[in-house]
Amino acid sequence: MIAISVDTPAESEKLRQSQGYTFPILSDAKDDVIRRWDLVHPHGGIDGADIARPAEFLIDASGKVRWVNLTEDLVVRARPQQVLAAFDAMNSTGRSSQ
Amino acid sequence: MKRSWNASVWLGLLLVLAGIVSYPVYFARFAATRDFPWVNLPAIAFGLVLLGVGIARAFRRPDAYRGKIFGSILGVAAVLVAGFFFYEIFVMARQLPASHGAPQVGQVAPDFTLPDSTNNPVNLSGLLSSSFAPNGGIGPAVSGDKTAAVVLIFYRGYW
Repeated sequence: MIAISVDTPAESEKLRQSQGYTFPILSDAKDDVIRRWDLVHPHGGIDGADIARPAEFLIDASGKVRWVNLTEDLVVRARPQQVLAAFDAMNSTGRSSQ
Repeated sequence: MKRSWNASVWLGLLLVLAGIVSYPVYFARFAATRDFPWVNLPAIAFGLVLLGVGIARAFRRPDAYRGKIFGSILGVAAVLVAGFFFYEIFVMARQLPASHGAPQVGQVAPDFTLPDSTNNPVNLSGLLSSSFAPNGGIGPAVSGDKTAAVVLIFYRGYW
């Protein structure tokens, strides 16, 4: 599991330490990847900065996207069970197609 | 005759404020009460009702209840603040870009390299071909049949 946000590495590391997260948090401070993946929320940041709109992707070993969640509501995010279900679905179809 | 300080107005105001503040401070931590404000909406609504009852009393029985002025001011303020809260949750929170150009199921995810929180560069395609490292090290998940995958979560940031 990997998280990405516009926060700087220092800010993200502080968050990891304070919350005890073990997953990596990547820093896309200039919105490069966010823009390339068309996930920009223009001026969505507190100071009017461009940030990412919330999005979750499940990418398989070949680099193909197998599941996407583009929430239509900021407060509604994918629940862990949904991600796990997508992962299970990916595994069961992957075995038969390969 | 002793005029009451109109508890209904004060209790109503307290309930509206508590209903608003407790959403970000507490109820937003749980998916069930964050996805829809099941607790906060009724609490705020009830608080506004109490306020209304108190203000009505002050106007109908000014001999027994204080609060024509302070009740009206607090009532308007409460409606404005509650309105702002609901506007944020039900309108602003849903103003999200459509992101039609985002990678879709079946497409190859565009590769990238970004620094992690310790400034080490992390490359997506490199990740997908690397091995699982427990204890938070860089590495994709591994299922029983060695199928690797990455769950990539984009956050708004500003933590």
